[in-house]
Amino acid sequence: MADPMKIRAAMSGDKVEVKILMSHEMETGQRKDSKGATIPAHFIQSVTATHNGKTVLSAEWGPAVAKNPFLSFKFAGGKPGEKVSITWVDNKGDKRTDEATIS
Amino acid sequence: MNGNRRQVLKGTGGMAVMGLAVSAGLFKPGSAWAQGAWNKAAFEAKSLADTVKAMGGSGATESKDIVINSPDIAENGAVVPFTIASRIAQTEAIALLVEKNPNALVASFNIPGGTEAAVTTRAKMGQTSNVTALVKAGGKFYYTTKEVKVTLGGCGG
Repeated sequence: MADPMKIRAAMSGDKVEVKILMSHEMETGQRKDSKGATIPAHFIQSVTATHNGKTVLSAEWGPAVAKNPFLSFKFAGGKPGEKVSITWVDNKGDKRTDEATIS
Repeated sequence: MNGNRRQVLKGTGGMAVMGLAVSAGLFKPGSAWAQGAWNKAAFEAKSLADTVKAMGGSGATESKDIVINSPDIAENGAVVPFTIASRIAQTEAIALLVEKNPNALVASFNIPGGTEAAVTTRAKMGQTSNVTALVKAGGKFYYTTKEVKVTLGGCGG
């Protein structure tokens, strides 16, 4: 199981600014190990952010997103104390969901 | 009396578990859908035109209303920060492409109503390349391009 995400959700004017740092190796499938064998690709394929059951951002990623991915965006309609939930799924079917409280 | 209380507790506990199972069940179709929707063709495309086609468009128009915020020279190609913002009305999706990477498409973001049409993320770049931000708005595709120089590649071993 992957390590937890670091999520910050804070009010920025009338919008909520969400910053997420995920812990994932994001292996491209292009690199080779010391024996010359290709290291299989292992990367996050989809990311979904929800607030009060409503999707506020969804993303599809390829292996070219940098290791330990960072993502930041803003959405309207959130209030302090409410929760933002982030889920990612990688190409091996592993997934992780974490949530943060808007401050 | 005491036994009764146990039963009541057990009853509510069971209910809570049921509730959890239902909410977990509700979440499942969503994530399965998200994974199934991963656009393999788009992520295997080598050029902007092919990516647009794989995303269901016929062509893209250049637009000055899209802004790519990134370093002009990236010292480390393994981590290049990008902010892409669109001022085009009804922006539905934003995608980031690096032309000279093995596959052009890095990431695509769906922007629901109420979410600002701007995202920040970090990408890998194999070498100096043109970087394209692709925006889908009102069913049409728009793009803007800038060159980012890489002094140390991000795809080497």
